[in-house]
Amino acid sequence: MEIIRIVGLGLIATVLVVIIKQQRPELAIQLSILVGAIIFTMMLGKINSVISFLQEMARQSNISLLYMETILKIIGVAYIAEFGAQICRDAGEGAIASKVEFAAKVIVIVLAIPVIAAVFDYLLKLLP
Amino acid sequence: MDTELIFQLAGISIVITVIYTVLKQAGRDEFAFSTLLLGIVVVLAMVIPKIADLFETVRSVFRIY
Repeated sequence: MEIIRIVGLGLIATVLVVIIKQQRPELAIQLSILVGAIIFTMMLGKINSVISFLQEMARQSNISLLYMETILKIIGVAYIAEFGAQICRDAGEGAIASKVEFAAKVIVIVLAIPVIAAVFDYLLKLLP
Repeated sequence: MDTELIFQLAGISIVITVIYTVLKQAGRDEFAFSTLLLGIVVVLAMVIPKIADLFETVRSVFRIY
């Protein structure tokens, strides 16, 4: 059972972070970054299999690969931005966290432009 | 899977805290500060490869090139 391992890891790491945070907050932040990275890396293998399954389904139902890849890229950008922003917010830097999220939103819009353009093209074709 | 890295890091942090306190009590404030700085750099050097690893995996999983 992987979930038991992860919950145990999280609990132990939380206790360690709380102990260290009283003395040295700057080292506690790094510890929590490390724990986040390790848990995330453990889960990425499973996400990978889900994504392969989704791509297989998309190929069978003849959905254009452009849309699928755009969605995947957007999810990846969102994951990384969330990871960074949460750590910034944890360290008490809410302003930097908001900027990271803002940058992620801009990048997502840029990635979505081809899809938006395609929708717009269809709309123009439908209108007489 | 490297959960031992977490314990390593926590151990380093505690040792640095102890050294910092001892040096500060002995009146060597500048040495105490350098010890703290050195500890942060060492810990950062251990954490950064993990973050790079994570980003590389995310890039390959979500096909961001």
